Amino acid sequence: MKNRRKTAILLTALLAAAVTCALAVGSESLSFFSLDENQQAILYEIRLPRVLLGACVGASLAVAGAGLQALLRNPLAEPYLLGVSNGAALGTMLSFGLFGSIAVARPAFAIIGAGIASAVVFRMAKSRSGMNVERLVLSGVIVTTFLSSIIVLLTSLLDAARLRSFTFWLLGDLSQATYQGFYLTLIASIAGTLAIASQSRALNLMMIGERDALDFGVEVKRVRLVVFTAASALVGASVAASGSVGYVGLIVPHLLRLAIGSDNRLIVPFSALAGAIFVVFADTVARLAIAPRELPVGAITALVGAPMFIYLLRRS
Amino acid sequence: MLEARNISVELSGRDILRDVSVQLKKGEIVAILGANGAGKTTLIRVLNGTLPITKGTVSFDGKPLADKSRREIAGLIAIVAQENETKFPVTVLEFVLSGRFVQGGAFGWETADDLRAANAVLKSCDLAEYGNRLMNELSGGERQRVVLARAMAAESDVLLLDEPTANLDLSHQASMFRLVRSRCRELDVAAAVITHDLNLAAEFADTILLLKDGGIFSSGPTAECLTAENISAVFGVDVVLDAHPAVGRLRVTTIF
Repeated sequence: MKNRRKTAILLTALLAAAVTCALAVGSESLSFFSLDENQQAILYEIRLPRVLLGACVGASLAVAGAGLQALLRNPLAEPYLLGVSNGAALGTMLSFGLFGSIAVARPAFAIIGAGIASAVVFRMAKSRSGMNVERLVLSGVIVTTFLSSIIVLLTSLLDAARLRSFTFWLLGDLSQATYQGFYLTLIASIAGTLAIASQSRALNLMMIGERDALDFGVEVKRVRLVVFTAASALVGASVAASGSVGYVGLIVPHLLRLAIGSDNRLIVPFSALAGAIFVVFADTVARLAIAPRELPVGAITALVGAPMFIYLLRRS
Repeated sequence: MLEARNISVELSGRDILRDVSVQLKKGEIVAILGANGAGKTTLIRVLNGTLPITKGTVSFDGKPLADKSRREIAGLIAIVAQENETKFPVTVLEFVLSGRFVQGGAFGWETADDLRAANAVLKSCDLAEYGNRLMNELSGGERQRVVLARAMAAESDVLLLDEPTANLDLSHQASMFRLVRSRCRELDVAAAVITHDLNLAAEFADTILLLKDGGIFSSGPTAECLTAENISAVFGVDVVLDAHPAVGRLRVTTIF
Protein backbone atom coordinates (compact mmCIF):
# COMPACT_ATOMS: atom_id res chain seq x y z
CA MET A 1 0.00 0.00 0.00
CA LYS A 2 2.72 2.42 1.04
CA ASN A 3 4.75 1.44 -1.98
CA ARG A 4 1.86 2.22 -4.30
CA ARG A 5 1.46 5.70 -2.92
CA LYS A 6 5.21 6.30 -3.11
CA THR A 7 5.30 5.21 -6.74
CA ALA A 8 2.31 7.41 -7.58
CA ILE A 9 3.86 10.47 -5.91
CA LEU A 10 7.25 9.83 -7.49
CA LEU A 11 5.81 9.45 -11.00
CA THR A 12 3.61 12.54 -10.68
CA ALA A 13 6.58 14.61 -9.50
CA LEU A 14 8.72 13.29 -12.35
CA LEU A 15 6.01 14.15 -14.86
CA ALA A 16 5.75 17.70 -13.51
CA ALA A 17 9.52 18.04 -13.69
CA ALA A 18 9.69 16.64 -17.23
CA VAL A 19 6.93 18.98 -18.43
CA THR A 20 8.49 22.06 -16.82
CA CYS A 21 11.88 21.20 -18.21
CA ALA A 22 10.49 20.51 -21.68
CA LEU A 23 8.72 23.88 -21.71
CA ALA A 24 11.78 25.80 -20.56
CA VAL A 25 14.54 24.43 -22.72
CA GLY A 26 14.99 24.45 -26.46
CA SER A 27 16.53 26.53 -29.21
CA GLU A 28 15.16 29.53 -27.28
CA SER A 29 15.63 29.19 -23.53
CA LEU A 30 12.62 30.49 -21.62
CA SER A 31 12.47 31.83 -18.11
CA PHE A 32 8.81 31.68 -17.14
CA PHE A 33 8.76 34.91 -15.15
CA SER A 34 9.89 37.40 -17.78
CA LEU A 35 8.65 36.56 -21.24
CA ASP A 36 8.47 38.96 -24.12
CA GLU A 37 5.78 38.66 -26.77
CA ASN A 38 7.81 36.36 -28.98
CA GLN A 39 8.70 34.09 -26.12
CA GLN A 40 5.06 33.91 -25.05
CA ALA A 41 4.14 32.81 -28.53
CA ILE A 42 6.82 30.13 -28.45
CA LEU A 43 5.60 28.90 -25.08
CA TYR A 44 1.86 28.85 -25.69
CA GLU A 45 1.64 28.12 -29.39
CA ILE A 46 4.58 25.83 -30.02
CA ARG A 47 5.95 24.23 -26.90
CA LEU A 48 2.86 23.78 -24.73
CA PRO A 49 0.73 21.91 -27.30
CA ARG A 50 3.76 19.83 -28.20
CA VAL A 51 4.50 18.84 -24.62
CA LEU A 52 0.86 18.15 -23.83
CA LEU A 53 0.47 16.04 -26.95
CA GLY A 54 3.68 14.20 -26.13
CA ALA A 55 2.37 13.37 -22.67
CA CYS A 56 -0.92 12.06 -24.10
CA VAL A 57 0.80 9.99 -26.77
CA GLY A 58 3.20 8.49 -24.25
CA ALA A 59 0.39 7.61 -21.86
CA SER A 60 -1.71 6.08 -24.66
CA LEU A 61 1.06 3.95 -26.12
CA ALA A 62 2.26 2.68 -22.75
CA VAL A 63 -1.26 1.72 -21.64
CA ALA A 64 -1.97 0.04 -24.99
CA GLY A 65 1.27 -1.94 -24.61
CA ALA A 66 0.48 -2.94 -21.02
CA GLY A 67 -3.01 -4.07 -22.03
CA LEU A 68 -1.85 -6.13 -25.01
CA GLN A 69 0.96 -7.73 -23.01
CA ALA A 70 -1.42 -8.83 -20.27
CA LEU A 71 -3.96 -10.09 -22.77
CA LEU A 72 -1.46 -12.05 -24.86
CA ARG A 73 0.62 -13.06 -21.83
CA ASN A 74 3.63 -11.88 -23.75
CA PRO A 75 6.01 -9.10 -22.70
CA LEU A 76 6.96 -8.49 -26.33
CA ALA A 77 3.50 -7.46 -27.47
CA GLU A 78 3.89 -3.83 -28.49
CA PRO A 79 1.72 -1.81 -30.88
CA TYR A 80 4.62 -0.63 -33.02
CA LEU A 81 6.27 -4.04 -33.35
CA LEU A 82 2.98 -5.78 -34.09
CA GLY A 83 2.17 -3.51 -37.01
CA VAL A 84 -0.75 -1.89 -35.22
CA SER A 85 0.93 1.51 -35.46
CA ASN A 86 1.54 1.00 -39.16
CA GLY A 87 -2.13 0.13 -39.66
CA ALA A 88 -2.99 3.39 -37.96
CA ALA A 89 -0.44 5.26 -40.09
CA LEU A 90 -1.94 3.88 -43.29
CA GLY A 91 -5.41 4.84 -42.07
CA THR A 92 -4.21 8.36 -41.36
CA MET A 93 -2.67 8.68 -44.83
CA LEU A 94 -5.83 7.43 -46.50
CA SER A 95 -7.97 9.94 -44.62
CA PHE A 96 -5.44 12.63 -45.51
CA GLY A 97 -5.86 11.79 -49.17
CA LEU A 98 -9.62 11.36 -49.08
CA PHE A 99 -10.81 13.90 -46.50
CA GLY A 100 -7.76 16.12 -46.07
CA SER A 101 -9.71 18.99 -44.56
CA ILE A 102 -11.64 17.11 -41.87
CA ALA A 103 -9.49 16.83 -38.74
CA VAL A 104 -11.62 14.22 -36.97
CA ALA A 105 -11.38 11.87 -39.96
CA ARG A 106 -7.68 11.26 -39.29
CA PRO A 107 -7.92 9.66 -35.83
CA ALA A 108 -11.10 7.87 -36.91
CA PHE A 109 -9.38 6.28 -39.90
CA ALA A 110 -6.27 5.63 -37.84
CA ILE A 111 -8.29 3.78 -35.21
CA ILE A 112 -9.97 1.65 -37.88
CA GLY A 113 -6.58 0.95 -39.45
CA ALA A 114 -5.12 -0.04 -36.08
CA GLY A 115 -8.09 -2.31 -35.41
CA ILE A 116 -7.81 -4.10 -38.74
CA ALA A 117 -4.04 -4.52 -38.44
CA SER A 118 -4.28 -5.97 -34.93
CA ALA A 119 -7.09 -8.33 -35.95
CA VAL A 120 -4.96 -9.62 -38.84
CA VAL A 121 -1.82 -10.04 -36.72
CA PHE A 122 -3.60 -11.96 -33.98
CA ARG A 123 -5.43 -14.16 -36.46
CA MET A 124 -2.09 -14.99 -38.06
CA ALA A 125 -0.28 -15.53 -34.77
CA LYS A 126 -2.88 -17.93 -33.44
CA SER A 127 -2.25 -21.52 -34.31
CA ARG A 128 -3.89 -24.71 -33.12
CA SER A 129 -1.45 -24.96 -30.27
CA GLY A 130 -2.11 -21.41 -29.15
CA MET A 131 0.05 -18.36 -29.59
CA ASN A 132 3.80 -18.42 -29.02
CA VAL A 133 6.26 -15.56 -28.93
CA GLU A 134 8.00 -16.34 -32.21
CA ARG A 135 4.74 -16.63 -34.13
CA LEU A 136 3.44 -13.37 -32.75
CA VAL A 137 6.61 -11.41 -33.47
CA LEU A 138 6.88 -12.92 -36.94
CA SER A 139 3.27 -12.07 -37.77
CA GLY A 140 3.95 -8.55 -36.58
CA VAL A 141 6.99 -8.27 -38.84
CA ILE A 142 5.04 -9.51 -41.85
CA VAL A 143 2.14 -7.12 -41.32
CA THR A 144 4.53 -4.24 -40.58
CA THR A 145 6.57 -4.72 -43.75
CA PHE A 146 3.48 -5.24 -45.87
CA LEU A 147 1.88 -2.06 -44.59
CA SER A 148 5.21 -0.20 -44.88
CA SER A 149 5.43 -1.02 -48.56
CA ILE A 150 1.93 0.38 -49.16
CA ILE A 151 2.86 3.48 -47.17
CA VAL A 152 6.05 3.92 -49.22
CA LEU A 153 4.01 3.58 -52.38
CA LEU A 154 1.65 6.30 -51.21
CA THR A 155 4.43 8.63 -50.05
CA SER A 156 6.24 8.32 -53.38
CA LEU A 157 3.31 10.24 -54.85
CA LEU A 158 4.15 13.24 -52.65
CA ASP A 159 6.39 16.14 -53.60
CA ALA A 160 9.80 16.55 -52.02
CA ALA A 161 8.88 19.09 -49.34
CA ARG A 162 5.96 17.12 -48.00
CA LEU A 163 7.93 13.90 -48.32
CA ARG A 164 10.37 15.04 -45.65
CA SER A 165 7.64 15.95 -43.17
CA PHE A 166 5.86 12.67 -43.87
CA THR A 167 9.02 10.66 -43.34
CA PHE A 168 9.51 12.39 -40.01
CA TRP A 169 5.89 11.79 -39.08
CA LEU A 170 6.21 8.09 -39.93
CA LEU A 171 9.10 7.80 -37.51
CA GLY A 172 7.12 9.49 -34.79
CA ASP A 173 7.30 13.26 -34.67
CA LEU A 174 5.70 15.78 -32.34
CA SER A 175 6.85 18.97 -34.11
CA GLN A 176 3.52 19.41 -35.90
CA ALA A 177 1.56 19.41 -32.63
CA THR A 178 -1.61 21.49 -32.43
CA TYR A 179 -4.13 22.02 -29.64
CA GLN A 180 -6.74 20.34 -31.82
CA GLY A 181 -4.58 17.23 -32.16
CA PHE A 182 -3.95 17.30 -28.43
CA TYR A 183 -7.66 17.44 -27.55
CA LEU A 184 -8.55 14.54 -29.86
CA THR A 185 -5.71 12.43 -28.47
CA LEU A 186 -6.63 13.38 -24.91
CA ILE A 187 -10.20 12.13 -25.34
CA ALA A 188 -9.01 8.83 -26.80
CA SER A 189 -6.32 8.34 -24.18
CA ILE A 190 -8.68 8.94 -21.26
CA ALA A 191 -11.39 6.68 -22.70
CA GLY A 192 -8.93 3.94 -23.68
CA THR A 193 -7.07 4.00 -20.37
CA LEU A 194 -10.30 3.78 -18.37
CA ALA A 195 -11.51 0.91 -20.56
CA ILE A 196 -8.32 -1.11 -20.08
CA ALA A 197 -8.09 -0.22 -16.39
CA SER A 198 -11.65 -1.48 -15.87
CA GLN A 199 -10.50 -4.90 -17.14
CA SER A 200 -7.29 -5.00 -15.16
CA ARG A 201 -8.39 -7.54 -12.55
CA ALA A 202 -9.85 -9.75 -15.28
CA LEU A 203 -6.49 -9.45 -17.05
CA ASN A 204 -4.74 -10.50 -13.84
CA LEU A 205 -6.80 -13.69 -13.80
CA MET A 206 -6.18 -14.32 -17.49
CA MET A 207 -2.43 -14.07 -16.95
CA ILE A 208 -2.70 -16.97 -14.51
CA GLY A 209 -4.55 -18.99 -17.14
CA GLU A 210 -7.44 -18.35 -19.51
CA ARG A 211 -9.38 -21.45 -18.61
CA ASP A 212 -9.00 -20.74 -14.91
CA ALA A 213 -10.21 -17.20 -15.55
CA LEU A 214 -13.26 -18.53 -17.37
CA ASP A 215 -13.95 -20.92 -14.48
CA PHE A 216 -13.89 -18.08 -11.99
CA GLY A 217 -16.25 -15.80 -13.85
CA VAL A 218 -14.18 -13.77 -16.32
CA GLU A 219 -16.04 -13.21 -19.58
CA VAL A 220 -12.83 -13.87 -21.50
CA LYS A 221 -14.21 -12.99 -24.93
CA ARG A 222 -15.59 -9.69 -23.76
CA VAL A 223 -12.34 -8.76 -22.02
CA ARG A 224 -10.46 -9.52 -25.23
CA LEU A 225 -12.81 -7.36 -27.28
CA VAL A 226 -12.64 -4.43 -24.85
CA VAL A 227 -8.85 -4.50 -24.61
CA PHE A 228 -8.28 -4.86 -28.37
CA THR A 229 -10.73 -2.05 -29.14
CA ALA A 230 -9.28 0.22 -26.48
CA ALA A 231 -5.70 -0.49 -27.56
CA SER A 232 -6.62 0.25 -31.19
CA ALA A 233 -8.25 3.52 -30.14
CA LEU A 234 -5.24 4.54 -28.06
CA VAL A 235 -2.74 3.69 -30.79
CA GLY A 236 -4.91 5.09 -33.60
CA ALA A 237 -5.41 8.48 -31.97
CA SER A 238 -1.72 8.74 -31.05
CA VAL A 239 -0.49 7.84 -34.50
CA ALA A 240 -2.91 10.24 -36.19
CA ALA A 241 -1.46 13.08 -34.13
CA SER A 242 2.21 12.17 -33.98
CA GLY A 243 3.07 9.22 -36.21
CA SER A 244 4.43 5.89 -35.02
CA VAL A 245 6.47 6.49 -31.91
CA GLY A 246 7.87 3.04 -31.30
CA TYR A 247 8.81 0.94 -28.27
CA VAL A 248 7.05 3.11 -25.66
CA GLY A 249 4.57 0.31 -25.00
CA LEU A 250 7.47 -2.12 -24.55
CA ILE A 251 9.85 -0.16 -22.33
CA VAL A 252 7.45 1.51 -19.93
CA PRO A 253 5.34 -1.44 -18.72
CA HIS A 254 8.44 -3.62 -18.51
CA LEU A 255 10.35 -1.24 -16.24
CA LEU A 256 7.25 -0.80 -14.09
CA ARG A 257 6.82 -4.56 -13.73
CA LEU A 258 10.42 -4.81 -12.56
CA ALA A 259 9.73 -2.12 -9.96
CA ILE A 260 6.27 -2.96 -8.62
CA GLY A 261 5.30 -6.46 -9.84
CA SER A 262 2.80 -7.49 -12.47
CA ASP A 263 -0.54 -6.50 -10.94
CA ASN A 264 -2.36 -4.84 -13.84
CA ARG A 265 -4.46 -2.76 -11.50
CA LEU A 266 -1.24 -0.83 -10.78
CA ILE A 267 0.59 -1.36 -14.06
CA VAL A 268 -2.14 0.21 -16.19
CA PRO A 269 -2.54 3.58 -14.42
CA PHE A 270 1.18 3.85 -13.67
CA SER A 271 1.99 3.07 -17.31
CA ALA A 272 -0.04 6.12 -18.27
CA LEU A 273 2.05 8.35 -15.98
CA ALA A 274 5.40 6.78 -16.82
CA GLY A 275 4.64 6.72 -20.57
CA ALA A 276 3.89 10.43 -20.49
CA ILE A 277 7.18 11.11 -18.67
CA PHE A 278 9.15 8.98 -21.11
CA VAL A 279 7.84 10.60 -24.29
CA VAL A 280 8.03 14.16 -22.97
CA PHE A 281 11.62 13.50 -21.93
CA ALA A 282 12.53 11.74 -25.19
CA ASP A 283 11.05 14.60 -27.20
CA THR A 284 13.09 17.12 -25.24
CA VAL A 285 16.21 15.12 -26.08
CA ALA A 286 15.09 14.99 -29.72
CA ARG A 287 14.83 18.78 -29.80
CA LEU A 288 18.18 19.36 -28.13
CA ALA A 289 20.45 16.62 -29.45
CA ILE A 290 21.42 18.31 -32.73
CA ALA A 291 19.94 21.78 -32.06
CA PRO A 292 18.96 23.92 -33.82
CA ARG A 293 17.87 21.01 -36.02
CA GLU A 294 15.54 18.35 -34.61
CA LEU A 295 15.27 14.60 -34.58
CA PRO A 296 11.94 12.76 -34.69
CA VAL A 297 11.05 11.57 -31.17
CA GLY A 298 10.55 8.03 -32.51
CA ALA A 299 14.28 7.85 -33.28
CA ILE A 300 15.09 8.45 -29.61
CA THR A 301 12.53 5.96 -28.25
CA ALA A 302 13.75 3.32 -30.71
CA LEU A 303 17.34 3.94 -29.66
CA VAL A 304 16.39 2.92 -26.12
CA GLY A 305 13.75 0.36 -27.05
CA ALA A 306 15.48 -1.83 -29.61
CA PRO A 307 18.22 -3.07 -27.26
CA MET A 308 15.60 -3.73 -24.62
CA PHE A 309 13.56 -5.75 -27.11
CA ILE A 310 16.56 -7.98 -27.80
CA TYR A 311 17.09 -8.42 -24.08
CA LEU A 312 13.45 -9.42 -23.52
CA LEU A 313 13.47 -11.78 -26.50
CA ARG A 314 16.53 -13.58 -25.16
CA ARG A 315 14.90 -13.99 -21.79
CA SER A 316 11.53 -15.35 -22.97
CA MET B 1 -29.08 -28.38 -6.45
CA LEU B 2 -26.92 -28.96 -9.54
CA GLU B 3 -28.36 -31.52 -11.89
CA ALA B 4 -27.17 -32.94 -15.20
CA ARG B 5 -29.78 -34.83 -17.18
CA ASN B 6 -29.10 -37.25 -20.04
CA ILE B 7 -25.85 -35.63 -21.03
CA SER B 8 -24.11 -36.71 -24.21
CA VAL B 9 -20.91 -35.11 -25.40
CA GLU B 10 -19.31 -35.72 -28.75
CA LEU B 11 -15.83 -34.41 -29.52
CA SER B 12 -14.56 -34.69 -33.11
CA GLY B 13 -16.84 -37.60 -33.88
CA ARG B 14 -16.07 -39.56 -30.72
CA ASP B 15 -18.60 -40.14 -27.95
CA ILE B 16 -17.02 -38.92 -24.74
CA LEU B 17 -20.18 -39.10 -22.64
CA ARG B 18 -23.34 -41.08 -23.37
CA ASP B 19 -26.60 -40.35 -21.61
CA VAL B 20 -25.13 -39.52 -18.21
CA SER B 21 -27.29 -38.09 -15.45
CA VAL B 22 -26.09 -36.99 -12.05
CA GLN B 23 -27.52 -34.96 -9.22
CA LEU B 24 -25.49 -33.02 -6.65
CA LYS B 25 -27.36 -32.41 -3.42
CA LYS B 26 -26.77 -29.93 -0.60
CA GLY B 27 -24.46 -31.27 2.04
CA GLU B 28 -23.44 -34.33 0.04
CA ILE B 29 -20.32 -35.52 -1.73
CA VAL B 30 -20.56 -37.47 -4.96
CA ALA B 31 -17.44 -39.38 -5.94
CA ILE B 32 -16.97 -39.82 -9.68
CA LEU B 33 -14.93 -42.95 -10.32
CA GLY B 34 -13.73 -44.68 -13.46
CA ALA B 35 -10.70 -45.70 -15.48
CA ASN B 36 -8.61 -43.19 -17.42
CA GLY B 37 -10.57 -41.85 -20.38
CA ALA B 38 -13.95 -42.86 -18.92
CA GLY B 39 -15.22 -39.26 -19.23
CA LYS B 40 -14.85 -38.07 -15.63
CA THR B 41 -13.15 -34.75 -16.37
CA THR B 42 -15.50 -34.14 -19.28
CA LEU B 43 -18.43 -34.56 -16.91
CA ILE B 44 -16.96 -32.07 -14.45
CA ARG B 45 -16.43 -29.58 -17.28
CA VAL B 46 -20.02 -30.09 -18.38
CA LEU B 47 -21.20 -29.45 -14.84
CA ASN B 48 -19.62 -26.01 -14.73
CA GLY B 49 -20.75 -25.15 -18.23
CA THR B 50 -17.35 -24.78 -19.89
CA LEU B 51 -17.82 -27.63 -22.36
CA PRO B 52 -20.51 -27.66 -25.04
CA ILE B 53 -23.07 -30.44 -24.63
CA THR B 54 -24.33 -32.42 -27.62
CA LYS B 55 -27.49 -33.63 -25.87
CA GLY B 56 -29.08 -33.11 -22.46
CA THR B 57 -29.30 -30.24 -19.97
CA VAL B 58 -27.49 -29.03 -16.89
CA SER B 59 -29.53 -26.97 -14.45
CA PHE B 60 -28.97 -25.21 -11.15
CA ASP B 61 -32.02 -25.12 -8.88
CA GLY B 62 -34.16 -25.95 -11.89
CA LYS B 63 -32.80 -23.19 -14.12
CA PRO B 64 -30.64 -24.16 -17.11
CA LEU B 65 -26.96 -23.30 -16.75
CA ALA B 66 -26.89 -22.36 -20.43
CA ASP B 67 -28.95 -19.24 -19.65
CA LYS B 68 -26.45 -17.95 -17.12
CA SER B 69 -23.39 -15.78 -17.74
CA ARG B 70 -19.91 -16.99 -16.77
CA ARG B 71 -20.00 -14.51 -13.93
CA GLU B 72 -23.26 -15.89 -12.54
CA ILE B 73 -22.05 -19.47 -12.86
CA ALA B 74 -18.77 -18.66 -11.11
CA GLY B 75 -20.75 -17.25 -8.19
CA LEU B 76 -22.50 -20.63 -7.80
CA ILE B 77 -19.91 -23.20 -8.82
CA ALA B 78 -16.20 -23.33 -8.01
CA ILE B 79 -13.87 -25.83 -9.63
CA VAL B 80 -10.49 -27.38 -8.88
CA ALA B 81 -9.18 -28.30 -12.29
CA GLN B 82 -6.67 -31.03 -12.97
CA GLU B 83 -3.74 -29.30 -14.59
CA ASN B 84 -2.87 -25.91 -13.39
CA GLU B 85 -0.76 -23.73 -15.57
CA THR B 86 0.91 -21.31 -13.23
CA LYS B 87 4.09 -20.25 -14.93
CA PHE B 88 3.34 -16.75 -13.80
CA PRO B 89 5.00 -15.39 -10.66
CA VAL B 90 1.83 -14.74 -8.68
CA THR B 91 1.73 -14.95 -4.89
CA VAL B 92 -0.37 -17.55 -3.10
CA LEU B 93 -2.58 -14.86 -1.56
CA GLU B 94 -3.21 -13.21 -4.94
CA PHE B 95 -3.98 -16.59 -6.45
CA VAL B 96 -6.50 -17.43 -3.74
CA LEU B 97 -8.06 -13.97 -4.02
CA SER B 98 -8.60 -14.57 -7.74
CA GLY B 99 -11.21 -17.12 -6.66
CA ARG B 100 -13.27 -14.18 -5.47
CA PHE B 101 -13.28 -12.37 -8.82
CA VAL B 102 -17.07 -12.22 -9.06
CA GLN B 103 -17.36 -10.64 -5.62
CA GLY B 104 -15.01 -7.83 -6.70
CA GLY B 105 -15.86 -4.24 -7.54
CA ALA B 106 -15.67 -2.38 -10.85
CA PHE B 107 -11.95 -1.73 -10.96
CA GLY B 108 -11.24 -4.91 -9.08
CA TRP B 109 -9.77 -3.99 -5.73
CA GLU B 110 -10.42 -6.63 -3.09
CA THR B 111 -12.33 -5.69 0.03
CA ALA B 112 -11.55 -6.46 3.66
CA ASP B 113 -14.14 -9.24 3.30
CA ASP B 114 -12.19 -10.84 0.45
CA LEU B 115 -8.99 -10.75 2.49
CA ARG B 116 -10.71 -12.27 5.50
CA ALA B 117 -12.17 -15.10 3.43
CA ALA B 118 -8.85 -15.75 1.69
CA ASN B 119 -6.86 -15.82 4.92
CA ALA B 120 -9.43 -18.09 6.56
CA VAL B 121 -9.23 -20.73 3.82
CA LEU B 122 -5.45 -20.48 3.71
CA LYS B 123 -5.43 -21.31 7.38
CA SER B 124 -7.83 -24.22 7.04
CA CYS B 125 -5.73 -25.63 4.17
CA ASP B 126 -2.56 -25.53 6.30
CA LEU B 127 -1.23 -22.67 4.22
CA ALA B 128 -1.31 -19.81 6.71
CA GLU B 129 2.41 -19.11 6.28
CA TYR B 130 2.29 -19.31 2.49
CA GLY B 131 0.52 -16.03 1.64
CA ASN B 132 3.56 -14.30 0.19
CA ARG B 133 5.18 -17.32 -1.46
CA LEU B 134 5.16 -17.51 -5.25
CA MET B 135 2.96 -20.12 -6.93
CA ASN B 136 5.64 -21.16 -9.42
CA GLU B 137 8.05 -21.91 -6.59
CA LEU B 138 5.79 -24.32 -4.68
CA SER B 139 5.88 -28.11 -4.87
CA GLY B 140 3.12 -29.91 -6.78
CA GLY B 141 1.29 -30.87 -3.62
CA GLU B 142 1.48 -27.42 -2.07
CA ARG B 143 0.22 -25.90 -5.30
CA GLN B 144 -2.69 -28.30 -5.34
CA ARG B 145 -3.70 -27.22 -1.85
CA VAL B 146 -3.59 -23.58 -2.95
CA VAL B 147 -5.83 -24.41 -5.90
CA LEU B 148 -8.29 -26.05 -3.54
CA ALA B 149 -8.07 -23.04 -1.23
CA ARG B 150 -8.93 -20.75 -4.14
CA ALA B 151 -12.04 -22.79 -4.93
CA MET B 152 -13.15 -22.62 -1.30
CA ALA B 153 -12.44 -18.89 -1.09
CA ALA B 154 -15.12 -18.41 -3.72
CA GLU B 155 -17.73 -19.45 -1.11
CA SER B 156 -19.84 -21.03 -3.82
CA ASP B 157 -22.76 -23.45 -3.44
CA VAL B 158 -21.11 -26.20 -5.45
CA LEU B 159 -17.53 -27.51 -5.42
CA LEU B 160 -16.27 -29.54 -8.37
CA LEU B 161 -12.96 -31.26 -7.68
CA ASP B 162 -10.94 -33.02 -10.35
CA GLU B 163 -8.42 -35.27 -8.59
CA PRO B 164 -7.77 -32.76 -5.82
CA THR B 165 -5.53 -35.13 -3.88
CA ALA B 166 -3.45 -36.65 -6.68
CA ASN B 167 -0.19 -35.02 -5.54
CA LEU B 168 -0.83 -34.83 -1.82
CA ASP B 169 0.94 -36.68 0.96
CA LEU B 170 -1.03 -39.15 3.07
CA SER B 171 -1.97 -36.77 5.84
CA HIS B 172 -3.06 -33.99 3.49
CA GLN B 173 -5.12 -36.38 1.36
CA ALA B 174 -7.27 -37.16 4.34
CA SER B 175 -7.34 -33.63 5.70
CA MET B 176 -8.38 -32.17 2.33
CA PHE B 177 -11.26 -34.63 2.08
CA ARG B 178 -12.23 -33.87 5.67
CA LEU B 179 -12.20 -30.18 4.83
CA VAL B 180 -14.43 -30.68 1.80
CA ARG B 181 -16.81 -32.80 3.84
CA SER B 182 -17.06 -30.23 6.62
CA ARG B 183 -17.76 -27.49 4.02
CA CYS B 184 -20.56 -29.68 2.69
CA ARG B 185 -22.07 -30.47 6.06
CA GLU B 186 -21.71 -27.05 7.66
CA LEU B 187 -22.32 -24.69 4.77
CA ASP B 188 -24.75 -26.84 2.77
CA VAL B 189 -22.33 -27.07 -0.12
CA ALA B 190 -22.74 -29.77 -2.75
CA ALA B 191 -19.56 -31.42 -4.01
CA ALA B 192 -18.47 -33.74 -6.78
CA VAL B 193 -15.01 -35.27 -6.53
CA ILE B 194 -13.07 -37.24 -9.08
CA THR B 195 -10.59 -39.57 -7.44
CA HIS B 196 -8.70 -42.75 -8.12
CA ASP B 197 -8.41 -43.54 -4.44
CA LEU B 198 -11.27 -45.94 -3.75
CA ASN B 199 -10.58 -45.97 -0.01
CA LEU B 200 -10.94 -42.21 0.23
CA ALA B 201 -14.11 -42.44 -1.83
CA ALA B 202 -15.45 -45.17 0.45
CA GLU B 203 -14.73 -43.07 3.51
CA PHE B 204 -15.94 -39.67 2.38
CA ALA B 205 -18.46 -40.01 -0.47
CA ASP B 206 -22.19 -40.17 0.17
CA THR B 207 -22.93 -41.42 -3.31
CA ILE B 208 -20.84 -42.89 -6.10
CA LEU B 209 -20.98 -42.50 -9.85
CA LEU B 210 -19.07 -45.24 -11.65
CA LEU B 211 -18.29 -44.32 -15.25
CA LYS B 212 -17.20 -46.75 -17.92
CA ASP B 213 -16.45 -45.75 -21.53
CA GLY B 214 -18.48 -42.57 -21.24
CA GLY B 215 -21.61 -44.16 -19.78
CA ILE B 216 -22.84 -44.79 -16.24
CA PHE B 217 -21.90 -48.30 -15.16
CA SER B 218 -23.44 -47.97 -11.74
CA SER B 219 -24.53 -45.20 -9.39
CA GLY B 220 -26.03 -44.94 -5.94
CA PRO B 221 -25.13 -44.88 -2.27
CA THR B 222 -21.51 -45.76 -1.61
CA ALA B 223 -22.15 -49.10 0.10
CA GLU B 224 -24.33 -50.38 -2.74
CA CYS B 225 -22.19 -49.11 -5.55
CA LEU B 226 -18.70 -50.02 -4.39
CA THR B 227 -18.81 -53.78 -4.81
CA ALA B 228 -16.02 -56.11 -5.84
CA GLU B 229 -17.89 -57.01 -9.06
CA ASN B 230 -18.43 -53.37 -10.07
CA ILE B 231 -14.83 -52.42 -9.36
CA SER B 232 -13.33 -55.29 -11.27
CA ALA B 233 -15.70 -54.68 -14.19
CA VAL B 234 -14.84 -50.98 -14.40
CA PHE B 235 -11.13 -51.05 -13.63
CA GLY B 236 -10.25 -54.54 -14.86
CA VAL B 237 -8.51 -55.54 -11.62
CA ASP B 238 -9.49 -57.95 -8.89
CA VAL B 239 -10.08 -56.50 -5.46
CA VAL B 240 -10.88 -57.68 -1.99
CA LEU B 241 -13.39 -55.70 0.02
CA ASP B 242 -13.47 -56.05 3.75
CA ALA B 243 -14.01 -54.03 6.88
CA HIS B 244 -10.97 -52.08 7.98
CA PRO B 245 -9.57 -53.81 11.09
CA ALA B 246 -8.86 -50.53 12.87
CA VAL B 247 -11.85 -48.33 12.02
CA GLY B 248 -14.39 -50.69 10.56
CA ARG B 249 -15.17 -48.85 7.34
CA LEU B 250 -15.05 -50.37 3.88
CA ARG B 251 -11.52 -51.22 2.73
CA VAL B 252 -10.57 -51.84 -0.88
CA THR B 253 -7.41 -53.83 -1.58
CA THR B 254 -6.14 -54.50 -5.07
CA ILE B 255 -4.89 -57.99 -5.89
CA PHE B 256 -1.89 -57.56 -8.15
